[in-house]
Amino acid sequence: MSVIIRARELVKRYGHFTAVDGISFEVRPGECFGFLGPNGAGKTTTIRMITCISPVTSGSLSVDGLDVGREPRRIKALLGVVPQEDNLDPDLSVRQNLQVYSRYFDLPPDVAGERIDEALGLFQLVEKQHDRIEELSSGLKRRLTIARSLINAPKIMVLDEPTTGLDPQARHLVWQKLRYLKGQGVTMLLTSHYMEEAAYLCDRIVIMHQGKIIIEGTPGELVERYAGREVIELHLSAEEREVVVERVAELPGVTVEAVEDIIYVYVRSADGFDAASLRLEAEKVVYRRANLEDVFLLLTGRGLVE
Amino acid sequence: MTIALPGLPRFAVQPPDVSYRALRVWQRNRDVYLRMWKSEIVWPIVDPLLTLLALGIGLGGLVELEGNQDYVDFIAPGLLAIWPMWSAAAETGWGSYFRMENQRTFQAIVATPVSVDDVITGEIMWAATRALISASYILVLITAFGTVESGLAVLSIPLAVLPGLMFGSISLCYTSAARSISSLNYFFAAYITPQFWLAGVFFPLDRLPEWAQKAAWWIPATHVVEVYRGLASGDLEWGHLGDIAWMVVVTGLFYVVAIFAMRRRLIK
Repeated sequence: MSVIIRARELVKRYGHFTAVDGISFEVRPGECFGFLGPNGAGKTTTIRMITCISPVTSGSLSVDGLDVGREPRRIKALLGVVPQEDNLDPDLSVRQNLQVYSRYFDLPPDVAGERIDEALGLFQLVEKQHDRIEELSSGLKRRLTIARSLINAPKIMVLDEPTTGLDPQARHLVWQKLRYLKGQGVTMLLTSHYMEEAAYLCDRIVIMHQGKIIIEGTPGELVERYAGREVIELHLSAEEREVVVERVAELPGVTVEAVEDIIYVYVRSADGFDAASLRLEAEKVVYRRANLEDVFLLLTGRGLVE
Repeated sequence: MTIALPGLPRFAVQPPDVSYRALRVWQRNRDVYLRMWKSEIVWPIVDPLLTLLALGIGLGGLVELEGNQDYVDFIAPGLLAIWPMWSAAAETGWGSYFRMENQRTFQAIVATPVSVDDVITGEIMWAATRALISASYILVLITAFGTVESGLAVLSIPLAVLPGLMFGSISLCYTSAARSISSLNYFFAAYITPQFWLAGVFFPLDRLPEWAQKAAWWIPATHVVEVYRGLASGDLEWGHLGDIAWMVVVTGLFYVVAIFAMRRRLIK
Protein backbone atom coordinates (compact mmCIF):
# COMPACT_ATOMS: atom_id res chain seq x y z
CA MET A 1 0.00 0.00 0.00
CA SER A 2 1.39 3.41 -0.90
CA VAL A 3 2.29 5.90 1.78
CA ILE A 4 2.47 9.68 1.39
CA ILE A 5 3.83 10.64 4.83
CA ARG A 6 6.05 8.30 6.79
CA ALA A 7 7.45 8.95 10.28
CA ARG A 8 9.84 6.56 12.03
CA GLU A 9 10.85 7.01 15.66
CA LEU A 10 10.34 10.74 15.27
CA VAL A 11 11.68 12.81 18.18
CA LYS A 12 11.60 16.54 18.92
CA ARG A 13 13.38 17.94 21.94
CA TYR A 14 13.58 21.51 23.21
CA GLY A 15 16.52 21.47 25.63
CA HIS A 16 15.56 18.87 28.21
CA PHE A 17 11.89 18.87 27.27
CA THR A 18 10.78 16.15 24.88
CA ALA A 19 7.77 17.41 22.93
CA VAL A 20 7.53 14.42 20.59
CA ASP A 21 8.89 11.18 21.93
CA GLY A 22 9.63 8.59 19.25
CA ILE A 23 6.41 8.39 17.25
CA SER A 24 5.89 6.34 14.08
CA PHE A 25 2.96 6.57 11.69
CA GLU A 26 2.05 6.34 8.05
CA VAL A 27 -0.47 8.41 6.14
CA ARG A 28 -1.96 7.04 2.92
CA PRO A 29 -2.76 9.15 -0.11
CA GLY A 30 -6.30 10.50 -0.14
CA GLU A 31 -7.15 9.82 3.48
CA CYS A 32 -7.88 12.23 6.28
CA PHE A 33 -5.54 11.48 9.16
CA GLY A 34 -6.23 13.04 12.54
CA PHE A 35 -3.96 13.88 15.46
CA LEU A 36 -5.92 14.14 18.67
CA GLY A 37 -4.73 14.79 22.17
CA PRO A 38 -4.84 17.29 25.00
CA ASN A 39 -2.87 20.54 24.89
CA GLY A 40 0.85 19.88 24.98
CA ALA A 41 0.51 16.32 23.65
CA GLY A 42 2.85 17.09 20.73
CA LYS A 43 0.30 17.44 17.91
CA THR A 44 1.31 20.89 16.72
CA THR A 45 5.01 20.06 17.07
CA THR A 46 4.48 17.03 14.84
CA ILE A 47 2.66 19.20 12.30
CA ARG A 48 5.49 21.74 12.42
CA MET A 49 8.02 19.04 11.59
CA ILE A 50 5.90 17.75 8.70
CA THR A 51 5.59 21.27 7.28
CA CYS A 52 9.40 21.74 7.51
CA ILE A 53 9.08 24.65 9.95
CA SER A 54 10.69 22.84 12.85
CA PRO A 55 13.82 20.69 12.41
CA VAL A 56 13.61 17.03 13.44
CA THR A 57 15.76 16.11 16.48
CA SER A 58 16.04 12.43 15.53
CA GLY A 59 14.23 9.74 13.60
CA SER A 60 13.10 10.01 10.01
CA LEU A 61 10.24 11.84 8.37
CA SER A 62 9.39 11.89 4.69
CA VAL A 63 6.62 13.59 2.76
CA ASP A 64 5.79 12.29 -0.73
CA GLY A 65 9.10 10.43 -0.69
CA LEU A 66 11.12 13.58 0.14
CA ASP A 67 13.13 13.98 3.33
CA VAL A 68 12.00 16.99 5.41
CA GLY A 69 15.58 17.97 6.28
CA ARG A 70 16.87 17.87 2.71
CA GLU A 71 14.04 19.10 0.51
CA PRO A 72 11.99 21.59 2.52
CA ARG A 73 11.21 23.82 -0.45
CA ARG A 74 9.94 20.96 -2.61
CA ILE A 75 7.84 19.60 0.24
CA LYS A 76 6.36 22.99 1.10
CA ALA A 77 5.36 23.42 -2.55
CA LEU A 78 3.10 20.35 -2.13
CA LEU A 79 1.42 21.45 1.07
CA GLY A 80 -1.56 23.65 1.85
CA VAL A 81 -1.06 24.82 5.42
CA VAL A 82 -3.86 26.17 7.61
CA PRO A 83 -2.25 27.38 10.84
CA GLN A 84 -3.91 27.42 14.24
CA GLU A 85 -3.78 31.21 14.47
CA ASP A 86 -4.77 33.37 11.54
CA ASN A 87 -1.84 35.06 9.86
CA LEU A 88 -3.56 36.86 7.01
CA ASP A 89 -2.05 40.14 5.88
CA PRO A 90 -4.23 42.79 7.57
CA ASP A 91 -2.98 45.59 5.33
CA LEU A 92 -4.13 43.88 2.13
CA SER A 93 -7.58 43.09 0.73
CA VAL A 94 -9.01 39.57 0.59
CA ARG A 95 -8.02 39.14 -3.04
CA GLN A 96 -4.59 40.72 -2.58
CA ASN A 97 -3.91 38.28 0.23
CA LEU A 98 -4.36 35.43 -2.21
CA GLN A 99 -2.36 37.16 -4.96
CA VAL A 100 0.60 37.81 -2.69
CA TYR A 101 0.45 34.23 -1.43
CA SER A 102 0.35 32.81 -4.96
CA ARG A 103 3.63 34.56 -5.74
CA TYR A 104 5.37 32.65 -2.97
CA PHE A 105 4.61 29.53 -5.02
CA ASP A 106 5.76 31.15 -8.27
CA LEU A 107 2.35 30.82 -9.90
CA PRO A 108 2.10 32.83 -13.12
CA PRO A 109 -0.48 35.63 -12.70
CA ASP A 110 -3.05 34.10 -15.08
CA VAL A 111 -2.98 30.69 -13.35
CA ALA A 112 -3.10 32.45 -9.98
CA GLY A 113 -6.09 34.50 -11.13
CA GLU A 114 -8.05 31.37 -12.05
CA ARG A 115 -7.17 29.60 -8.82
CA ILE A 116 -8.09 32.67 -6.79
CA ASP A 117 -11.52 32.91 -8.45
CA GLU A 118 -12.06 29.21 -7.86
CA ALA A 119 -11.04 29.37 -4.19
CA LEU A 120 -13.09 32.51 -3.54
CA GLY A 121 -16.09 30.83 -5.18
CA LEU A 122 -15.73 27.62 -3.21
CA PHE A 123 -15.59 29.46 0.10
CA GLN A 124 -18.29 31.98 -0.82
CA LEU A 125 -15.96 34.95 -0.58
CA VAL A 126 -16.46 36.45 -4.04
CA GLU A 127 -18.47 39.40 -2.76
CA LYS A 128 -15.93 40.06 -0.03
CA GLN A 129 -12.89 40.00 -2.29
CA HIS A 130 -12.17 43.73 -2.04
CA ASP A 131 -12.85 43.98 1.69
CA ARG A 132 -10.15 44.67 4.22
CA ILE A 133 -9.18 41.78 6.48
CA GLU A 134 -10.15 43.69 9.63
CA GLU A 135 -13.72 43.88 8.40
CA LEU A 136 -14.06 40.09 8.27
CA SER A 137 -15.63 37.98 11.03
CA SER A 138 -13.54 35.17 12.49
CA GLY A 139 -15.51 32.66 10.42
CA LEU A 140 -14.75 34.54 7.22
CA LYS A 141 -11.09 34.84 8.14
CA ARG A 142 -10.91 31.09 8.64
CA ARG A 143 -12.57 30.46 5.30
CA LEU A 144 -10.08 32.79 3.67
CA THR A 145 -7.15 31.06 5.39
CA ILE A 146 -8.37 27.71 4.06
CA ALA A 147 -8.99 29.23 0.61
CA ARG A 148 -5.43 30.59 0.71
CA SER A 149 -4.04 27.12 1.42
CA LEU A 150 -5.60 25.88 -1.84
CA ILE A 151 -3.80 28.38 -4.10
CA ASN A 152 -0.96 26.01 -4.97
CA ALA A 153 -3.41 23.10 -5.62
CA PRO A 154 -1.84 21.18 -2.73
CA LYS A 155 -1.43 17.43 -2.69
CA ILE A 156 -1.67 17.45 1.09
CA MET A 157 -3.62 19.85 3.30
CA VAL A 158 -2.36 20.39 6.82
CA LEU A 159 -5.04 21.74 9.13
CA ASP A 160 -4.08 22.70 12.67
CA GLU A 161 -7.34 23.04 14.63
CA PRO A 162 -9.24 24.41 11.64
CA THR A 163 -12.49 25.23 13.44
CA THR A 164 -11.35 26.35 16.89
CA GLY A 165 -13.22 29.49 17.92
CA LEU A 166 -15.90 29.29 15.23
CA ASP A 167 -19.64 29.35 15.78
CA PRO A 168 -21.61 26.22 14.82
CA GLN A 169 -22.74 27.60 11.44
CA ALA A 170 -19.23 28.53 10.41
CA ARG A 171 -17.89 25.23 11.68
CA HIS A 172 -20.38 23.20 9.66
CA LEU A 173 -19.61 25.18 6.53
CA VAL A 174 -15.88 24.50 6.97
CA TRP A 175 -16.58 20.80 7.52
CA GLN A 176 -18.64 20.59 4.34
CA LYS A 177 -15.89 22.22 2.32
CA LEU A 178 -13.22 19.98 3.79
CA ARG A 179 -15.27 16.90 2.97
CA TYR A 180 -15.71 18.19 -0.55
CA LEU A 181 -11.94 18.66 -0.91
CA LYS A 182 -11.32 15.20 0.48
CA GLY A 183 -13.72 13.90 -2.16
CA GLN A 184 -11.45 15.56 -4.73
CA GLY A 185 -8.64 13.30 -3.57
CA VAL A 186 -6.67 15.72 -1.38
CA THR A 187 -4.83 14.03 1.50
CA MET A 188 -5.55 15.74 4.81
CA LEU A 189 -3.79 15.98 8.11
CA LEU A 190 -5.86 17.41 10.90
CA THR A 191 -5.36 18.22 14.53
CA SER A 192 -8.37 18.90 16.66
CA HIS A 193 -9.75 19.20 20.13
CA TYR A 194 -13.21 18.42 18.88
CA MET A 195 -13.88 14.72 18.89
CA GLU A 196 -17.01 15.33 16.88
CA GLU A 197 -14.90 16.97 14.18
CA ALA A 198 -12.42 14.11 14.09
CA ALA A 199 -15.18 11.50 13.96
CA TYR A 200 -16.86 13.40 11.13
CA LEU A 201 -13.81 14.08 8.97
CA CYS A 202 -11.11 11.52 9.71
CA ASP A 203 -10.62 8.08 8.22
CA ARG A 204 -7.97 7.23 10.77
CA ILE A 205 -6.81 8.92 13.92
CA VAL A 206 -4.05 8.69 16.45
CA ILE A 207 -4.43 9.91 20.00
CA MET A 208 -1.27 11.51 21.36
CA HIS A 209 -0.45 11.98 25.02
CA GLN A 210 2.78 13.38 26.47
CA GLY A 211 4.60 13.19 23.16
CA LYS A 212 3.65 9.59 22.37
CA ILE A 213 1.01 7.99 20.18
CA ILE A 214 -1.08 5.93 22.54
CA ILE A 215 -3.57 4.47 20.06
CA GLU A 216 -4.26 4.40 16.37
CA GLY A 217 -7.29 3.27 14.35
CA THR A 218 -10.51 4.33 12.67
CA PRO A 219 -12.83 6.40 14.88
CA GLY A 220 -15.39 3.54 14.89
CA GLU A 221 -12.83 0.89 15.84
CA LEU A 222 -11.45 2.95 18.67
CA VAL A 223 -14.85 3.69 20.15
CA GLU A 224 -15.78 0.02 19.96
CA ARG A 225 -12.48 -1.15 21.41
CA TYR A 226 -12.09 1.34 24.25
CA ALA A 227 -15.50 2.69 25.15
CA GLY A 228 -17.79 -0.07 23.96
CA ARG A 229 -21.23 0.25 22.42
CA GLU A 230 -23.03 2.43 24.83
CA VAL A 231 -22.48 4.52 27.88
CA ILE A 232 -24.83 4.84 30.80
CA GLU A 233 -24.39 7.91 32.93
CA LEU A 234 -25.73 7.64 36.46
CA HIS A 235 -26.26 10.96 38.18
CA LEU A 236 -26.34 10.05 41.86
CA SER A 237 -26.15 11.52 45.30
CA ALA A 238 -23.12 10.80 47.46
CA GLU A 239 -24.92 8.11 49.55
CA GLU A 240 -26.21 6.18 46.58
CA ARG A 241 -22.92 6.34 44.71
CA GLU A 242 -20.82 3.94 46.77
CA VAL A 243 -23.39 1.19 46.79
CA VAL A 244 -24.11 1.45 43.11
CA VAL A 245 -20.44 1.55 42.05
CA GLU A 246 -19.81 -1.71 43.89
CA ARG A 247 -22.81 -3.44 42.37
CA VAL A 248 -22.13 -2.28 38.84
CA ALA A 249 -18.45 -3.15 38.97
CA GLU A 250 -19.35 -6.80 39.57
CA LEU A 251 -21.23 -7.06 36.29
CA PRO A 252 -19.45 -8.69 33.34
CA GLY A 253 -18.44 -6.70 30.23
CA VAL A 254 -18.53 -3.23 31.73
CA THR A 255 -15.97 -0.61 32.73
CA VAL A 256 -16.98 1.78 35.48
CA GLU A 257 -15.59 5.22 36.10
CA ALA A 258 -16.79 7.57 38.82
CA VAL A 259 -16.17 11.27 38.24
CA GLU A 260 -17.51 13.71 40.81
CA ASP A 261 -21.26 13.11 40.92
CA ILE A 262 -21.52 11.02 37.77
CA ILE A 263 -20.82 7.32 37.30
CA TYR A 264 -19.98 6.33 33.74
CA VAL A 265 -20.70 2.73 32.81
CA TYR A 266 -19.07 1.71 29.52
CA VAL A 267 -20.81 -1.36 28.14
CA ARG A 268 -18.85 -3.72 25.91
CA SER A 269 -20.89 -6.91 25.99
CA ALA A 270 -23.38 -7.50 23.23
CA ASP A 271 -26.15 -8.19 25.74
CA GLY A 272 -26.16 -4.60 26.90
CA PHE A 273 -26.68 -3.54 30.44
CA ASP A 274 -29.80 -3.74 32.49
CA ALA A 275 -29.93 -0.51 34.39
CA ALA A 276 -33.43 -1.29 35.56
CA SER A 277 -31.99 -3.89 37.94
CA LEU A 278 -30.36 -1.05 39.86
CA ARG A 279 -33.81 0.32 40.70
CA LEU A 280 -32.89 3.95 40.26
CA GLU A 281 -35.19 6.82 39.43
CA ALA A 282 -35.42 7.25 35.65
CA GLU A 283 -34.17 10.84 35.56
CA LYS A 284 -30.91 9.77 37.18
CA VAL A 285 -30.05 7.42 34.31
CA VAL A 286 -28.94 8.61 30.87
CA TYR A 287 -28.36 6.15 28.02
CA ARG A 288 -26.26 7.24 25.07
CA ARG A 289 -23.98 5.84 22.36
CA ALA A 290 -20.31 5.71 23.17
CA ASN A 291 -18.28 8.28 21.23
CA LEU A 292 -14.72 9.34 20.56
CA GLU A 293 -14.76 11.76 23.45
CA ASP A 294 -15.24 8.83 25.84
CA VAL A 295 -12.19 7.14 24.34
CA PHE A 296 -10.22 10.34 24.60
CA LEU A 297 -11.07 10.94 28.24
CA LEU A 298 -10.58 7.31 29.22
CA LEU A 299 -7.11 7.24 27.72
CA THR A 300 -5.76 10.70 28.47
CA GLY A 301 -7.46 11.20 31.82
CA ARG A 302 -9.85 13.81 33.03
CA GLY A 303 -7.28 15.99 34.76
CA LEU A 304 -6.68 19.37 33.21
CA VAL A 305 -3.52 19.52 31.18
CA GLU A 306 -1.96 22.95 31.48
CA MET B 1 28.17 21.21 7.20
CA THR B 2 27.97 19.66 10.63
CA ILE B 3 30.49 20.50 13.28
CA ALA B 4 30.87 17.97 16.05
CA LEU B 5 32.78 19.05 19.14
CA PRO B 6 33.65 16.44 21.75
CA GLY B 7 31.71 16.95 24.96
CA LEU B 8 29.34 19.46 23.40
CA PRO B 9 26.02 18.81 21.74
CA ARG B 10 26.25 18.51 17.98
CA PHE B 11 25.17 21.58 16.14
CA ALA B 12 24.69 22.06 12.47
CA VAL B 13 25.83 25.21 10.71
CA GLN B 14 23.73 25.58 7.63
CA PRO B 15 25.08 27.96 5.02
CA PRO B 16 22.65 30.73 3.99
CA ASP B 17 19.81 29.33 1.89
CA VAL B 18 18.85 32.39 -0.14
CA SER B 19 17.06 32.24 -3.48
CA TYR B 20 15.31 34.58 -5.90
CA ARG B 21 12.25 34.08 -3.68
CA ALA B 22 13.57 36.86 -1.43
CA LEU B 23 12.12 39.05 -4.16
CA ARG B 24 8.63 37.69 -3.32
CA VAL B 25 9.01 39.01 0.21
CA TRP B 26 10.14 42.37 -1.18
CA GLN B 27 7.08 42.40 -3.49
CA ARG B 28 4.79 41.70 -0.56
CA ASN B 29 6.17 44.70 1.32
CA ARG B 30 5.96 46.86 -1.79
CA ASP B 31 2.29 45.95 -2.27
CA VAL B 32 1.47 46.89 1.30
CA TYR B 33 3.43 50.16 0.93
CA LEU B 34 1.56 51.05 -2.26
CA ARG B 35 -1.70 50.61 -0.37
CA MET B 36 -0.54 52.72 2.56
CA TRP B 37 1.81 55.25 0.95
CA LYS B 38 -0.36 58.26 1.74
CA SER B 39 0.14 57.80 5.46
CA GLU B 40 3.80 56.87 5.02
CA ILE B 41 4.76 59.90 2.97
CA VAL B 42 4.27 62.54 5.68
CA TRP B 43 7.07 61.57 8.00
CA PRO B 44 10.05 61.65 5.62
CA ILE B 45 9.02 65.04 4.24
CA VAL B 46 7.82 67.01 7.24
CA ASP B 47 10.74 66.22 9.56
CA PRO B 48 13.56 67.16 7.20
CA LEU B 49 11.64 70.25 6.17
CA LEU B 50 11.35 71.40 9.78
CA THR B 51 15.01 70.63 10.39
CA LEU B 52 16.08 72.67 7.37
CA LEU B 53 13.93 75.57 8.50
CA ALA B 54 14.74 75.50 12.21
CA LEU B 55 18.41 74.59 12.14
CA GLY B 56 19.41 75.60 8.64
CA ILE B 57 17.69 78.96 8.39
CA GLY B 58 16.94 79.73 12.07
CA LEU B 59 20.08 78.62 13.85
CA GLY B 60 22.11 79.05 10.65
CA GLY B 61 21.73 82.83 10.89
CA LEU B 62 23.94 82.71 13.99
CA VAL B 63 26.56 80.40 12.57
CA GLU B 64 29.62 81.49 10.63
CA LEU B 65 31.46 78.86 8.63
CA GLU B 66 34.82 78.87 6.88
CA GLY B 67 34.67 80.25 3.35
CA ASN B 68 31.37 81.95 4.10
CA GLN B 69 29.44 78.71 3.46
CA ASP B 70 25.79 78.97 4.49
CA TYR B 71 24.91 76.68 7.38
CA VAL B 72 21.87 75.37 5.55
CA ASP B 73 24.15 74.32 2.67
CA PHE B 74 26.39 72.57 5.16
CA ILE B 75 23.69 70.44 6.80
CA ALA B 76 21.68 69.63 3.66
CA PRO B 77 23.87 66.73 2.40
CA GLY B 78 24.02 65.43 5.97
CA LEU B 79 20.25 65.23 6.06
CA LEU B 80 20.29 63.46 2.72
CA ALA B 81 22.56 60.87 4.30
CA ILE B 82 20.82 60.55 7.62
CA TRP B 83 17.12 60.29 6.81
CA PRO B 84 17.43 57.24 4.62
CA MET B 85 19.27 55.68 7.57
CA TRP B 86 16.19 56.30 9.67
CA SER B 87 13.84 54.86 7.07
CA ALA B 88 15.87 51.68 6.65
CA ALA B 89 16.46 51.14 10.37
CA ALA B 90 12.79 51.75 11.18
CA GLU B 91 11.68 49.33 8.48
CA THR B 92 13.63 46.33 9.80
CA GLY B 93 13.13 47.56 13.38
CA TRP B 94 9.51 48.33 14.12
CA GLY B 95 8.33 47.12 10.72
CA SER B 96 9.94 43.69 10.80
CA TYR B 97 9.13 43.20 14.46
CA PHE B 98 5.49 43.95 13.81
CA ARG B 99 5.36 41.59 10.84
CA MET B 100 7.11 38.87 12.77
CA GLU B 101 5.25 39.00 16.10
CA ASN B 102 1.99 40.89 15.70
CA GLN B 103 0.90 39.95 12.20
CA ARG B 104 2.68 36.59 12.00
CA THR B 105 3.50 37.41 8.40
CA PHE B 106 6.82 35.56 8.54
CA GLN B 107 5.07 32.46 9.82
CA ALA B 108 2.67 32.58 6.87
CA ILE B 109 5.50 33.07 4.37
CA VAL B 110 7.77 30.27 5.57
CA ALA B 111 4.91 27.78 5.19
CA THR B 112 5.45 28.22 1.43
CA PRO B 113 8.60 27.40 -0.60
CA VAL B 114 10.13 30.65 0.69
CA SER B 115 12.89 30.00 3.28
CA VAL B 116 13.59 31.90 6.49
CA ASP B 117 16.78 33.23 4.88
CA ASP B 118 14.75 34.49 1.91
CA VAL B 119 12.47 36.36 4.32
CA ILE B 120 15.42 38.02 6.06
CA THR B 121 17.01 38.98 2.74
CA GLY B 122 13.72 40.31 1.36
CA GLU B 123 13.19 42.41 4.48
CA ILE B 124 16.64 43.97 4.19
CA MET B 125 16.14 44.59 0.46
CA TRP B 126 12.91 46.35 1.30
CA ALA B 127 14.67 48.47 3.96
CA ALA B 128 17.14 49.56 1.26
CA THR B 129 14.23 50.45 -0.99
CA ARG B 130 12.73 52.61 1.74
CA ALA B 131 16.09 54.36 2.05
CA LEU B 132 16.05 54.99 -1.69
CA ILE B 133 12.53 56.43 -1.54
CA SER B 134 13.49 58.73 1.35
CA ALA B 135 16.65 59.88 -0.41
CA SER B 136 14.55 60.85 -3.43
CA TYR B 137 12.18 63.00 -1.35
CA ILE B 138 14.97 64.71 0.45
CA LEU B 139 17.02 65.40 -2.64
CA VAL B 140 14.02 67.20 -4.11
CA LEU B 141 13.60 69.10 -0.86
CA ILE B 142 17.20 70.27 -0.49
CA THR B 143 17.37 71.12 -4.18
CA ALA B 144 14.34 73.33 -3.66
CA PHE B 145 16.28 75.08 -0.89
CA GLY B 146 19.03 75.73 -3.41
CA THR B 147 21.67 73.86 -1.44
CA VAL B 148 22.82 71.43 -4.14
CA GLU B 149 25.88 72.60 -6.07
CA SER B 150 26.73 69.57 -8.17
CA GLY B 151 24.76 67.39 -10.56
CA LEU B 152 26.59 64.46 -8.96
CA ALA B 153 24.03 64.72 -6.17
CA VAL B 154 21.66 62.67 -8.34
CA LEU B 155 23.96 59.73 -7.62
CA SER B 156 22.94 59.95 -3.98
CA ILE B 157 19.61 58.28 -4.85
CA PRO B 158 20.99 54.96 -6.14
CA LEU B 159 23.78 55.20 -3.59
CA ALA B 160 21.20 55.25 -0.78
CA VAL B 161 20.78 51.52 -1.38
CA LEU B 162 24.13 50.77 0.29
CA PRO B 163 23.50 52.54 3.61
CA GLY B 164 19.95 51.19 3.33
CA LEU B 165 21.24 47.62 3.24
CA MET B 166 23.72 48.43 6.00
CA PHE B 167 21.23 49.96 8.44
CA GLY B 168 18.59 47.41 7.44
CA SER B 169 20.96 44.59 8.41
CA ILE B 170 22.15 46.23 11.64
CA SER B 171 18.60 46.97 12.73
CA LEU B 172 17.36 43.46 11.93
CA CYS B 173 20.13 42.03 14.13
CA TYR B 174 18.75 44.01 17.03
CA THR B 175 15.16 43.08 16.16
CA SER B 176 16.09 39.40 16.31
CA ALA B 177 16.86 39.87 20.00
CA ALA B 178 14.01 42.24 20.90
CA ARG B 179 11.58 40.87 23.46
CA SER B 180 8.85 43.39 22.78
CA ILE B 181 8.18 46.14 20.32
CA SER B 182 8.94 48.77 22.97
CA SER B 183 12.39 47.32 23.63
CA LEU B 184 13.29 48.53 20.14
CA ASN B 185 13.17 52.03 21.62
CA TYR B 186 16.51 51.32 23.34
CA PHE B 187 18.12 50.61 20.01
CA PHE B 188 16.80 53.77 18.43
CA ALA B 189 17.51 55.96 21.45
CA ALA B 190 20.99 54.61 22.19
CA TYR B 191 22.29 53.74 18.74
CA ILE B 192 20.43 55.33 15.84
CA THR B 193 19.60 58.80 17.23
CA PRO B 194 23.14 59.52 18.52
CA GLN B 195 24.47 58.89 15.01
CA PHE B 196 22.23 61.68 13.87
CA TRP B 197 24.11 64.09 16.12
CA LEU B 198 27.63 62.64 16.09
CA ALA B 199 28.19 61.72 12.45
CA GLY B 200 29.16 65.17 11.25
CA VAL B 201 25.75 66.28 10.01
CA PHE B 202 25.50 69.45 12.09
CA PHE B 203 29.17 70.37 12.63
CA PRO B 204 32.40 69.41 10.85
CA LEU B 205 34.13 66.51 12.56
CA ASP B 206 37.57 68.15 12.27
CA ARG B 207 36.47 70.58 15.00
CA LEU B 208 36.44 67.68 17.44
CA PRO B 209 39.43 66.49 19.49
CA GLU B 210 41.43 63.76 17.83
CA TRP B 211 40.09 60.93 20.00
CA ALA B 212 36.54 61.92 19.11
CA GLN B 213 37.41 61.96 15.42
CA LYS B 214 38.82 58.46 15.79
CA ALA B 215 35.69 57.34 17.58
CA ALA B 216 33.53 58.82 14.83
CA TRP B 217 35.24 56.50 12.34
CA TRP B 218 33.38 53.62 14.02
CA ILE B 219 30.00 55.26 13.54
CA PRO B 220 28.37 53.95 10.34
CA ALA B 221 26.58 57.19 9.55
CA THR B 222 29.89 59.11 9.49
CA HIS B 223 30.91 57.32 6.31
CA VAL B 224 27.54 57.92 4.69
CA VAL B 225 27.70 61.63 5.50
CA GLU B 226 31.28 61.90 4.14
CA VAL B 227 30.31 60.42 0.78
CA TYR B 228 27.18 62.53 0.51
CA ARG B 229 29.06 65.74 1.23
CA GLY B 230 31.36 64.87 -1.62
CA LEU B 231 28.47 64.25 -3.98
CA ALA B 232 26.54 67.40 -3.06
CA SER B 233 29.60 69.65 -3.43
CA GLY B 234 31.22 67.81 -6.33
CA ASP B 235 34.52 67.45 -4.39
CA LEU B 236 35.05 63.71 -4.59
CA GLU B 237 38.22 62.22 -3.17
CA TRP B 238 39.81 58.77 -3.11
CA GLY B 239 39.04 58.67 0.59
CA HIS B 240 35.38 58.32 -0.31
CA LEU B 241 36.11 54.90 -1.80
CA GLY B 242 37.41 53.95 1.64
CA ASP B 243 34.08 55.03 3.14
CA ILE B 244 32.21 52.91 0.61
CA ALA B 245 34.45 49.92 1.29
CA TRP B 246 33.81 50.40 5.02
CA MET B 247 30.05 50.26 4.40
CA VAL B 248 30.29 47.20 2.15
CA VAL B 249 32.27 45.25 4.76
CA VAL B 250 29.98 46.24 7.63
CA THR B 251 26.88 45.44 5.55
CA GLY B 252 28.17 41.96 4.70
CA LEU B 253 29.05 41.28 8.30
CA PHE B 254 25.72 42.34 9.75
CA TYR B 255 23.78 40.59 6.98
CA VAL B 256 25.32 37.26 7.95
CA VAL B 257 24.76 37.95 11.65
CA ALA B 258 21.14 38.89 10.89
CA ILE B 259 20.58 35.56 9.13
CA PHE B 260 21.93 33.49 12.00
CA ALA B 261 20.27 35.60 14.69
CA MET B 262 16.87 35.55 13.00
CA ARG B 263 17.10 31.81 12.38
CA ARG B 264 17.69 31.35 16.08
CA ARG B 265 14.53 33.25 16.78
CA LEU B 266 12.32 31.81 14.06
CA ILE B 267 13.37 28.17 13.72
CA LYS B 268 12.43 26.19 16.81
